[in-house]
Order: sequence, then structure tokens, then C-alpha cells
Amino acid sequence: MIREADDTLTIYERSKPGRRAFVRPELDVPERPLDELLAPELRREEPPRLPEVAEPEIVRHYNRLSKRNFDLDTGFYPLGSCTMKHNPKLHERIAALPGHARMHPLQDPSQAQGALELMWRLQEALGEIAGLPHVSLQPSAGSQGELAGVLLTRAYHEDRGEHRTKVLTPDTAHGTNPATVTMGGYEVVKVVSDAHGNVDLDDLRAKADEDVACLMLTNPSTLGLFETGIEEIERIVHGVGATLYYDGANLNAIMGICRPGDMGFDIVHFNLHKSFTQPHGGGGPGAGPVAVSERIEPFLPRPQVVRRETGEGNGSRDPFYDLDHNRPKSIGRLRGFQGNYGVFVRSYAYIRSLGAPGLREASETAVLNANYLLAKLREHGVAERLPAAYDRLCMHEFVLSGEPMRRELGIKTLDLAKRLLDHGVHPPTVYFPLIVEEALMVEPTETETKETLDRFAEVVAEILREARDDPSVAQNAPHTTPVRRLDEAAAARRPVVRQAM
Amino acid sequence: MSRYTSATDDDRREMLAAIGVGSVEELFADIPAGVRLDRPLSGLGEGLSEQEVFEEFRSLGERNVSAEDEVSFLGAGMYDHYVPALIDSIITRSEFLTPYTPYQPEISQGGLQAMFEYQTAISELTGLPVSNASVYEGPSAVAAAGYVAKYSGKGQRFVISRGVHPHSRETLRTHAHAWGMEVVEAPLTGGVTELADLGDDVSAVIVQQPNFLGAVEDLAQLAQAAHDAGALVIAACDPLPLALLKTPGECGVDIVVGEGQSLGNRLDFGGPSFGFFAATEALMRRIPGRIAGETKDVDGKRGFVLTLQTREQHIRREKATSNICTAQALNALAGVIYLSWLGRRGIVELVELMLQRTAYARERLTAVDGVSLLHDRPVVREFALELDAPVQRVIARCRENGINPGYALGRDYPEHENGLLVAITEQRTKADIDRLASVLESAIGAEGRAAGAGAGARA
Repeated sequence: MIREADDTLTIYERSKPGRRAFVRPELDVPERPLDELLAPELRREEPPRLPEVAEPEIVRHYNRLSKRNFDLDTGFYPLGSCTMKHNPKLHERIAALPGHARMHPLQDPSQAQGALELMWRLQEALGEIAGLPHVSLQPSAGSQGELAGVLLTRAYHEDRGEHRTKVLTPDTAHGTNPATVTMGGYEVVKVVSDAHGNVDLDDLRAKADEDVACLMLTNPSTLGLFETGIEEIERIVHGVGATLYYDGANLNAIMGICRPGDMGFDIVHFNLHKSFTQPHGGGGPGAGPVAVSERIEPFLPRPQVVRRETGEGNGSRDPFYDLDHNRPKSIGRLRGFQGNYGVFVRSYAYIRSLGAPGLREASETAVLNANYLLAKLREHGVAERLPAAYDRLCMHEFVLSGEPMRRELGIKTLDLAKRLLDHGVHPPTVYFPLIVEEALMVEPTETETKETLDRFAEVVAEILREARDDPSVAQNAPHTTPVRRLDEAAAARRPVVRQAM
Repeated sequence: MSRYTSATDDDRREMLAAIGVGSVEELFADIPAGVRLDRPLSGLGEGLSEQEVFEEFRSLGERNVSAEDEVSFLGAGMYDHYVPALIDSIITRSEFLTPYTPYQPEISQGGLQAMFEYQTAISELTGLPVSNASVYEGPSAVAAAGYVAKYSGKGQRFVISRGVHPHSRETLRTHAHAWGMEVVEAPLTGGVTELADLGDDVSAVIVQQPNFLGAVEDLAQLAQAAHDAGALVIAACDPLPLALLKTPGECGVDIVVGEGQSLGNRLDFGGPSFGFFAATEALMRRIPGRIAGETKDVDGKRGFVLTLQTREQHIRREKATSNICTAQALNALAGVIYLSWLGRRGIVELVELMLQRTAYARERLTAVDGVSLLHDRPVVREFALELDAPVQRVIARCRENGINPGYALGRDYPEHENGLLVAITEQRTKADIDRLASVLESAIGAEGRAAGAGAGARA
């Protein structure tokens, strides 16, 4: 019998003693006894049990693994709140240029003028997009940007001699918001949503008091809706002396149309891996810069990229880009070095490619695509079983409720999501936001064609039709993927998190 | 229509008709007039063609002096190791580059299995049973470990060695302030950490292996002292030297974190790279971030999923063990490919090569007049020197000769005003080291003569 090729073998299971890929460069210095350089009691007895595999097999192994991944370059990926827009190929080419890729982070600023100028220009661009004048690029991802925001809030209040204890988050907030509040040493107070999906202003008024340090708000919200009461929210929050924090996860809806700074926000974080095309990489890297108002600026992380004009002692006629470590009121560092520079290169390239008109057009098309897809789903009769959670124009994404579908057809949102896999579509975000039953959150992004949206609407309609005849097809989906539904409960009960040797 | 969108005028008309509005403008009706931007964004330009953007970024890159342009001995947390070609070939594949976090395991087996393989490699290096799938990078990983200790330990203080990377120490302080915890430094004596009376209110003791000055610490002894005081032990480790050093797990360390850049990742002016995070079984349910686990599908086929998710923010919200969401999956993938490429024997050979060349460099450089060892502890691929001349000026002179001799310690260690930290990766040959020695000798000599001339003029 011919043995079946096993795609699930790990690299360790492909290992065989004696095989190798690495060839050591020549030992060109006089060799000294190992014991002399590193005493035996400091050394491990056995080398780490890494795989022993030759290059062809490593390449084949990971290429085969790659084929067991679905990806944005292959198909539609309407994952709500994640902004899965196209990742331009140019960006990988320029980020790989040695002048960027082989730059040591501790290189003297005088030898890093290109990198620092790029960072400074990105700061300026993000500041203009946010409508806030000061930007730190340092945070590594959205969640670290959020933490920066909460720590900046704390520093701001402490500087004024105030010790506030609570942070408000809407009940629609991403999980990172409340988790960040706890990490920032505050207590979370939840504000409920009203019947239209907006922040309930009465609840906000009741909870906003002098113990509140900050309101963290996503606008458009995670329901894909613009907070129509934003001006009143601003008055309430600033009225009690708290800061207003903008979670930039949904910035893709409003670039060049309106700005958090103009809405009164004090602090904004960006997800460069969402609105600004850094590829998601299967779970990172990203970057989460923050933009802040004048009164928050003194507290920004260290070091800050600055431009020193001629005459500021730099002795040249050109401006000098520098790292400013001398920031006495700074919250300090959030990480090592200057942030995820490779991400900055890609995101700034995107901004340069599109310019002001292109960014606005991107947001307009993102909103057009979302509303069109919602209309198309209605046209196919999907809305009866999967109604929009709130009957309004949406922004760049919308949330459907699968509750009628579950009740009437016997398939849950999870089943619909899994059946989508059989149609070559990545499912939308499911079961979030928490306030919508059987939620399905759809974000098509601006880089999808009308034809792709049409097909998605047809596929969803077809899955509902199929469920009417035989719900077990969706209930047991997917059927065509490399593996089918996996036992997550068993994985958590008896965790196997490494290869047994 | 920009080059990344495809809605034609016709599409737009049809789409607006389907929605039932007359213009795109109407879609934004919910935005109050008072907060609308009534002008185009300024200073962002009108957009550029692909080749114009390429040219602009090429020319920005050319204004940097990279490790391509000089012989660099800079390290101090990130290292100019050779990155094998197969890494680029694999990690630029769309299937790894462009998916999101694997929320749908049935179509994400590639990424999930790679995480599982990565976790295994980190477990092997650190000697600890549980690794997550990555955190942001080194210094914030130290703070993340501190957060675990805050909830698992008892005390109100962190004791952190002065041998821990200055960026890590500062990052911990930034976070600890919000937790209402104190950060106390343990001094270095003769290049290594000295733990004096810890008292009984220490939450965690944090050390680095090898430490920032390159010295190999006696991790077992430090861990013992910390445990005796009831504190958790956190070690920030440089992953390559772990191929030779006694594993932190064996030494009794509870949490090992570190900067993963040297494992197959580019310098990239400081990021993106990845941080690793491994811990004991006892701490498994307090670890931050994603963890991949093995399981089976309904047909009994082997598969992988994100597991122990009840720790995470999307489930536990304010009770989560961390707020981390997007981490560094692609960089961690580069890490496991690199470790597979090195292999079990290769990693030892590579680190031994660095060990030998570092020993040679240490001897060769201290033979130069005006150069002495800052400490004489064992080192692996980085060591610290004291110069008899102003270090910044010496560096500037070396640079004129195409050599970047290393990192000046003065900013972070005022007690070593003229200290120099020198890193020897496998890309620095004996010839490079000899050249460094001769350039350093001339630079220090020239500084000496300049100082002498200055003194003479003043006299």
C-alpha cells in the first residue's frame, strides 16, 4: 500500500538526525577550548531539540502549510472591524530596501536622517488625518496604542493633582478597551447603547462624574454607526474634566471626511494594519500610533521624533531630524527602540500613493460598498432572517442579527459562517458586538469590486435557501476545508501546546 | 478611482440606486455638520504613481547609513545576523502575509500549525513547557511578564537588575506606575547582578541573560535567591546564546521573555520583530496573547486551534490577562523557519562560532592601548569595554573609516561614561575584527594627541 502524504506532520516529525540546512561560515580565529570560554556549569547538557531538516524539505513544508491558509490575496475577507483591504505589493519591495531593512535602531540620528524624516512626515500626516497636532509612532499595535491612551490620561490627571479611578466604555466596545482599562489601573464602567445603537446619553450623564478619567469611544461604533450625539458626548465628558479617547479601529470610514480632533477627542490611536494597509501577517505585525491634543502632548512616550530647524544648533542649512529623549513629563517608554519602523514605511507609502483625494475616496468607497452590500442582502430577501441590527445607513461596516435565522431555520450564525467557508469566502466577524444576538459584522472595505459584493449576497441567500431545505448542511459545515470543525473544548481542557519529543 | 479601488462611475450609479440614495454624500448624513471637515486634508499631496513612490522611498533609504554601508558592531538588543533567503521566500507568500489572526481554524491550519511549531522551538530554547505565539517585542514582553507577576505574586515591588536592557527597565516603570507598584534596581557588581536582602514584599525579580553588558549571569543562583524571598523569577533572554547556556527552565526561572529579532528577522530600524513569552505549567492560564493547541476535527483528523482563549480580551474583557490582540505572527514565523534552518546542530555551531570570535575580539581589542575590559565575566556574542578617551568622539573617528565600533554606554550607564558595547555576529569576520582593532587604536591615539595638544595650549 502506498503511504498517504501527510500534510499535518510537523517540522519536528520530518526531522532526521544528520540532516541540515545551515552551513557554518569558516572559523577564522584561533579556536579555544569551550570550557575555557564558558564553564560547564553555565552550559546546557543537551542542545535544544530543533528539527534536523535540509533546505528543500523546509521550503516544501512551509509552502504546504501555506496552502492550508485562506488569505486576502485569494478571496473576499469581510471580517468586521479588521479592515481587510488590499495590501499593495509595492510596500514589500520598498520596506525590503537595505537602507530601511538593515538599519540598526541605535544608529546615531545623524546617520539615520532618511528614517527619521520618514517617521516625522508620517507623524505629520497622521496628525492631519486625526485633526490632532502631536503624534507618537511608538505603540506596537492597536491594543498598545489604547494602553498609551489610558496612561496618557492618567499622567494628565496626575499632573493636575487629580486621582480619578474610573474609565467609561460603551457596551459595544472591543474587548481590548475594557482589558486596557484594567491594565491601566482603572475600573471599567459600562455605558449602555440606546434604541438607535448610539451611546445612551442619559446613561452617560448618570455615570459621568468627577471620578471618571476618560471615555473610550469607537466612532463609527462597532455597530458600524456614526455616533450622531458626538457633540453632546463631548460636552458631557469634558464637562466632568475627563479625557475623550478615540479608538481608531474604524477610522477607515472617515478619512478626509471628518476628524476625531474636530469632534473634541483628546487622544486617538491608529491601527496602521487596518486603515493603512500593513499586511496582517496572520496575527501581526501591526502598529498603533497615537495622536493627541496640545494639553496631552507633554506626556507622550519617549523618545519623540522631532525636526530641528536651521539655527537650533545643528550647524547645517537643512533641518535635522532627531530623537528627543528630554521629555520630563513623558509617561516613558512602552517598548524598545522607536516602534515598528517597517510598518511605518508601508503605511507612509500608502499615504503618499493616495494623497488627500485618494484617502477620502477610499473612505467614501468603503462606506458605499458597505451600504451597497447591505442593500443587496435586502434585495435577496436575506433581511427577513438576518436583519440589520439597527435600521440606519451604515458607515464602512454593518451588523446583522442571526437570531431570526436561528429561530426559524435552525442554523446559528456560527453555522452560516462555517458554510461560507465552503463557498471560498472568509466569514464576517461573528458574535460581536455582544449587544446584538447572533451577531454577524460585515466590513467589505473599499478595495472589493461590485461583483465580489454581488456574489457574497448571492452566497448568503443561497445558504439560507439551503437551510430551509436541510439545515444539517450548514450545521455540519464546513465540508470542503482541509479539516472540518475542530474540538476546541478538548483543546482547552487538556492543552497540547507543543510538540512532544 | 484610485489604483486600489475599482468602483467605476457606472458601478457607483448602480450601487447608489440599489441603496436608494442620490449621492455618496448622502451616505454620510449621520455625521453632524459641526464636525465635518470643510476642506481637503492638507500636506498629504495629491497622490503619486507607483514609480514615483518607489523613487521617493529609495532615496529616503539612501540617506540612512545601514549595516550594508559600514562594518557595524552595534548590538545592544538588536543584531545584524544573516537572514537566510528561504525566510523571505516563505514569509512573503500571500497565504502567510495577508490573513488576519486565525479566528476560523478550518481555513487557517497553516498559520496555526506554524504557531504550534514556533511554541515548541521556544519551549526547547527556554526549557519551559508553555510558550505563547508571540508578543510585540523584547522590552514590552518584560512588562507583560510583570503583569503576570502582579496577579500571581504577592508583593508590591519589582526588583529589576541594572543588567536588564535600559529600554526594558523603562518600559516596566511606565507600566508599574499604573499598577501602583514600585520598581527597584538591583546593582551590578563586577558586571553581574547582586541581589541583596530582598525582603518579603517582592512580586518578581527580573534579570537578563546574558545581561546588557554581555555578561553571563549565574541564573540558577539568582533564581534561588528570588524564590527564597517568595518572588517570581522573570528572565529576559537573548535567544541564540540559549543554545549553549543552561536553560532558564533548569535554573528555576518562572517566566522567560525576550527579543526575537536575532532569529531570522531584519533590523528594520527597531521593528517589527517579535517578543517571545514562555512560562511554567503553573502560570499557563495567566499567560498573555494567543496560544495554538493541537486537537482533532469531527472526523478525527489532526488539527490546530487557538486555545485557552478564556484568558483573552475578546472573551474576558476587563478580566483578561492582557489586552494584547494583534501580535507578531509573521515575525514569529520567520523565527521558527530560522530555527529550523539552523537545526539542532547548526544552532550550536553558530553560537560557538560567535563565542570564539567574540573571545578573539575581546582579547584583540583589549590589547589596544587605552582599552580595557569593563568586566571579565564570561560572554557569548557581546562584551563591554572601557575606553581611555571620550567614547562619542572615538566612535565618530571610527565611523570616518567605515567602522561603527558599537554602542556608547554613557547615556544609560553614567557610571561607565566611556563604556563601549561591542557585538560580534557571525557576519563580522576575523578581518573585520582586526580592522576594528586598528581603527580603534588610531582613533584613541588621535583623541589622546588632541587632548594633549589641548592641554598644552591651555598651559
